[in-house]
Parts: sequence; C-alpha cells; structure tokens
Amino acid sequence: MNAKVPFERVVAGHGATVLRVCRAVLDASDADDAWSETFLSAFKAYPELPSDANVEAWLVTIAHRKAIDVTRARSRRPIPVQDVPDSRAESETDDRDPDLAHALSRLPAKQKQVIAYHYLAGLPYAEIGAIVGGSPDAARRAAADGIATLRRTYPGPTSRKDSHEP
Amino acid sequence: MNPDDDLVRDLERAFPRDESGLLRLHTRLVDAAQADGVLDVAYCTTDSPVGPLLLAATELGVVRVAYQSEDHAGVLQVLADRISPRILNAPARLDTIRRELDQYFAGQLRNFDVPLDWRLSTGFRRTVLAHLSDIAYGHTATYAAVAQLAGNPKAVRAVGTACASNPLPVVVPCHRVLRSDGSLGGYLGGPEAKRTLLALEAAA
Repeated sequence: MNAKVPFERVVAGHGATVLRVCRAVLDASDADDAWSETFLSAFKAYPELPSDANVEAWLVTIAHRKAIDVTRARSRRPIPVQDVPDSRAESETDDRDPDLAHALSRLPAKQKQVIAYHYLAGLPYAEIGAIVGGSPDAARRAAADGIATLRRTYPGPTSRKDSHEP
Repeated sequence: MNPDDDLVRDLERAFPRDESGLLRLHTRLVDAAQADGVLDVAYCTTDSPVGPLLLAATELGVVRVAYQSEDHAGVLQVLADRISPRILNAPARLDTIRRELDQYFAGQLRNFDVPLDWRLSTGFRRTVLAHLSDIAYGHTATYAAVAQLAGNPKAVRAVGTACASNPLPVVVPCHRVLRSDGSLGGYLGGPEAKRTLLALEAAA
C-alpha cells in the first residue's frame, strides 16, 4: 500500500520553505519560475514517489535542478552592460553589505545553495551533498566558507540593534 | 552557543514566509496542472444550510460531496488512496456544481445535471444509488420501495448500506429514502440535515 497524503498538503507543508530557498539562490522573478516548475514537476511525479521518501529533500532536489535550468536560460539571454558587477566590490569598505539577501546573492553558487538548503530548508549535509553533487564534508565546508564571507561582508543589523536596546 | 546564531536568525528574516506570493503561485500551479491534464482531483469547500460541504471532481465529473461530519481531511485522504494523490484545492472545476447547489438550496433547482463520476460506488450499491433519482424532488420512498426499484426486493438492508455510503449526498438524493413506518431513518449528514433537505423540498 503506497499511502500518500493529498498533494495539497505537500504544498501547504513545504511550499513556503521551497519558495524561501528559491529566493535565496535566485533573484525574485526567477525564483517564482523555479518554484512553479518545481511544484508542477513534483505534482506529476508524486504518485511514483516512494511513500517513505523525505518529501522536503525531494522537493529541494527538484528545485536545485530547476534553479540551474532557470539560471542557464537567463545566461543565454543578452544582459544589459550596466548590470555587470562593478570592480569596486574588491575594496574592503565597499564590500560590506547591510542587505543580507544581497550579500548572500554575491556568494559563489555552491556556497549560496548549501547555505539555503541547510539554514533555510534545514536539510542535513548528507542530503545536501547528494543534491549538489559532492561529499557531505565538502557541503559542510562550502557552507562554512560562505558563512565566513557573510560574517565579513554583512555588518549584522540585529547585533548592532540589540546592543542599543534595553 | 553557535557563533552563527545571529547570522542565521538574520538569514531567516531576510527570506520571510510570503503568504501572498504563495497564493499567487498556488493559482499558477493549479492552472498549469489543469492545462497539462494532470489535475486528477480538484476540490473546494462551500457553505450551505446543512453546513460546509466538501466538493471534489475528477476530469469526468463530480466524484464526492461530503458533510463536515464525515471529516473532510479524512475524505480527501480516501480520495488520494482510491483515485490519486494528485489533488489540489482548485475551486474553478467545481463552479458548476457550486452554482447548482446554491440554486437547489434557494429552492430554484429540482434536478442536478452536472456530470457525475460514479467510481467510488460499485456493484449493487451503485445500482441502488442510480435509482434514487427516480424519486422525484419533494417526494420520498421507503427503503423497501427502493429495493424493489433496484431489482432486489429482499435487499432492504443493502439499500440502507448503499444510502449510508452514498459518495454524492444531496446531489444523489438518498435523503428522500425513509423507513416503512414513516420515520426518518439514518442519514450520513445527520438527522438534522435530512430534515432540512426534506423541508426545503416540501416547501419549494
């Protein structure tokens, strides 16, 4: 017996998390497209999913592939010249970014992905390694490297705000 | 404890839950599933004088109407097990049945003519249910009379079972079947719902 909950409950249970993950690894309009393609693809394949599968890891796996597809499709489109990142980002002071979402978006793709899958989706590194292709240790290192960069580039509004509040 | 705690909290805040975005994306998912012909079961709930009703339809037609007392979440799980787990809350497919129910409860509709998907009812039960539409709006029949209509006069108890497991109450009028002594008999939506429907039909 292959008991499965109605797919509506899958959307209710995991839709928000997958959207946050998509938005962490892609820009907003691409993220919506990736979410849509992820859930349509998942919906079609759902009857064949083994009933003991980890549904969230399965969805993030699909979202990971869809995000790559969306990014590839975008890179084939012409990009306006002014969108090329400027080289001032090299200097230490200009590198600091009070917008954490933006600071994250500037990380290398793999670091962005493992941080999103671990810290936003709550997946263990063993699962993440399988999703991004690599060992769990490599995934853990990529996350640590990304977090280290964010600690340098992102000044952190909460820590500053907290120190001023009673 | 974790030196990253502040950063992790900020990360969670930087990507908050987006309820309105999810609603928009849900609509997009329903439209795409419908267009690709993979929306096996669409459902919605609708208010009525006999309480909230769950309505579900396959591509063939309305497959289930359920009273709240039947436990809507449990009913959806049965649909997932028996038909397909590709189920979404997608009210558009239920527009016609909702309109007909509204008219029926307003006393303006005597016969439902939406397409029905009978797959949840088989064998003699299905034969019994198919004959319930022979009982005209505003009229009633006894379980024994329905057994006769269904071609098996001795199967009075089986008629009771068929009515109790009617997957399409209100639309397939098992509320029009009464005991031989004129008493109400059972009803899957509860005796109050049965009385309400009979009173509605008697008044119209």
